[in-house]
Amino acid sequence: MITADPKGVLTGAHFIDGDQACTEGCLAAGARFAAGYPITPSTEVVERFARRIPTVGGRFIQMEDELASSIAILGAVWGGAKAFTVTSGPGFSLMMEHLGLAVMTETPCVIVNVQRGGPSTGLPTLPGQADMMQARWGSHGDYEIIALSPQSPQECFDLSITAFNLSEQFRVPVLFMMDEVVGHMTEKVIIPPAEEIEIYPRRLTVKPPEEYLPYAVDGDLVPEMVHAGMGYRFHITGLTHDERGYPAMNPEAQDKLIRRLKDKILENADRIITLEEEGLDSADVVVVSYGITARVAQRAIELARAKGLKVGKLRLVTVWPFPEQKIRDLAGRVRAFVVPELNLGQIVREVERCAAGQARVISVPHAGGSVHRPEQILERIEEAAK
Amino acid sequence: MATTTCEIAPANPVEQFLRTDRIPHIWCPGCGIGTSVNCFTRALIELDADLDKIAVVSGIGCSGRVAGYLKLDSFHTTHGRAIPFATGLKLARPELTVVVYSGDGDLFAIGGNHFIHAARRNIDLKVICINNFIYGMTGGQVAPTTPVSAIATTTPFGSFEPPFNLPQLAEAAGATFVARWTTYHVRQLTRTIKEMLKRKGFSFIEVLSPCPTLFQRRNKQGDGLAAMKMYKQLSKTRNGAPTAETAIEQGKPIIVGKFVDIERPSYLGSMEQMLSSRLGDRYVHVENLEWH
Amino acid sequence: MPKGTVTIIAERCKGCGFCVEFCPTKVLELSTAFNSKGYHPPHVVAPEKCSGCDLCGMYCPDFAIYGVKNGNASSGEDKKNK
Repeated sequence: MITADPKGVLTGAHFIDGDQACTEGCLAAGARFAAGYPITPSTEVVERFARRIPTVGGRFIQMEDELASSIAILGAVWGGAKAFTVTSGPGFSLMMEHLGLAVMTETPCVIVNVQRGGPSTGLPTLPGQADMMQARWGSHGDYEIIALSPQSPQECFDLSITAFNLSEQFRVPVLFMMDEVVGHMTEKVIIPPAEEIEIYPRRLTVKPPEEYLPYAVDGDLVPEMVHAGMGYRFHITGLTHDERGYPAMNPEAQDKLIRRLKDKILENADRIITLEEEGLDSADVVVVSYGITARVAQRAIELARAKGLKVGKLRLVTVWPFPEQKIRDLAGRVRAFVVPELNLGQIVREVERCAAGQARVISVPHAGGSVHRPEQILERIEEAAK
Repeated sequence: MATTTCEIAPANPVEQFLRTDRIPHIWCPGCGIGTSVNCFTRALIELDADLDKIAVVSGIGCSGRVAGYLKLDSFHTTHGRAIPFATGLKLARPELTVVVYSGDGDLFAIGGNHFIHAARRNIDLKVICINNFIYGMTGGQVAPTTPVSAIATTTPFGSFEPPFNLPQLAEAAGATFVARWTTYHVRQLTRTIKEMLKRKGFSFIEVLSPCPTLFQRRNKQGDGLAAMKMYKQLSKTRNGAPTAETAIEQGKPIIVGKFVDIERPSYLGSMEQMLSSRLGDRYVHVENLEWH
Repeated sequence: MPKGTVTIIAERCKGCGFCVEFCPTKVLELSTAFNSKGYHPPHVVAPEKCSGCDLCGMYCPDFAIYGVKNGNASSGEDKKNK
């Protein structure tokens, strides 16, 4: 790890919303290129970047659509930059094409989705958390992904740095799954001095061109990278490829590549996953939540505890890869999981899968457009505790 | 002995540019894409270009495979998106000469919007479009360039859609350099590619090229060689011709030449100028956004 | 001595005939022999006429032929990889 380039770090205490905190996190992480297309409720992220980046040293371009934004950042990364794009539901759908390309070519980048209600144009100005399965499965093909879900403007700052770091470490696009409420909520955000911010550097090869193979891996399942213009004359393709980066269209090459793309995430899941846990040891009921819903759930948990119920909290800071082992362990000793989310049941399916019948799993669905009332969640906690 | 045969050809001018472990390539007998590659590589030789600073970006399709055969920094991207990828690459690393090498369907159907916006912005990209009037890789479907009445698998009774006139489209969108040659015009094409690589600004060369398997044969136009002879016979060089007069129409000559060559501020130049004039000393100029 | 030399890489050839058709001095003809992929590569029928203009090399879509001027053998090798 190295420390952040101070040019991008706006050290101090700020009163800003989640969207703007996300911009500051990306800048602190070293992002010097962004491409975006206007879409509510995410646009403030790139608006701030467009305003900030000329005095930091970098470039922003507003592209003609999200297809273009999401591939312009990949071009920029292969040119040497750290780069990200930002969108919301409809734009996220368009970006799935290049989520796949980034996975396949192992291009480190961050895609921010400030979730709103969907499908289609849905609720442009109101919150949702219904893109969580799209984050996992949105591109065609088999792959593993990393997705983080911040619950506050402070986390929009902190975790966007984490998102870049994970992206560089595992050479995978990282999805930063905000929501409209977190994006537009204004709170105090502390930005530490640059020397206190840890940055995972790009995994550039030190091998000479004649020894370098773009997709060869050693013990670590993550290959070393080069940039255009460095003299390596390398080739990158979205086709299934071999270690040389050349197309290799046969079942053996497919098996080898796709398994490695999955394994590099799954085998490192313990290093990737961050969870916030509280009161799990004595819990009868565990509330599993993420993003803005975790803050509503917090209130419900407090109300339940005031009624004498033993309720634990498991907040998914990392949503993908899913903390399967954690749920399995808990399922053997708790009575039930309660899963509130701003969709009609997405992450709850994962909880059910991992609980595998060992504990009850109770969904607290919400179609989006606002957040739950704490009492809605409390009712289900009480039901679960019976 | 005035002739030799061998298995590799180190003295072949194109050889140093090829990933020879991938040759023979996938292109059909009589396809013109390889011919255009000869012209491109000879232009690089004649320019004595720094090959470490040339990047080639392709989309999807037969022409999209060019990137994979060239021993340069080369990117085979998604269908239609070579231009926005190249835009990001160029903006992150302006020192590179970024060449977009792709086909008519890729650049003008699925990628049409990206083309016009890159031209409008005047991003410094060099676009070579192999126009074979058809979707080759997927088996001969109608393209935005297919002539009216031509047979394609998805217009089995003849196409009734009007095609684009690509030079006119490029000029209208803002391209600062527009030319058209056919794969018959190898010397002219080489010279024009050379000229394009030396200049700044969004530049576009359309290369008419045979697709013997899926266009010529289906339309009873013979093989690749027949197409080449037809180009020779029907082409009329009119440098500086108004692009409105360059539409390809049955029974009329194929107008070839360099049609547009103007100067206009580039995207990066305009960005620099605006930001430094508005921000003064606060503006931080960084050339390449290389992450260390 | 002819002014040029043409080199044919028969195994790469797909028999399109571009080189034969567009050779300005008609040095080449398609052979009746097959290469291992079943194509008829060109062969030299009039070596004395070769000018080494490399038009065959520029036309060849398969990188299977090229011409060099005699006494100036390796234009490709000299210029590369700076």
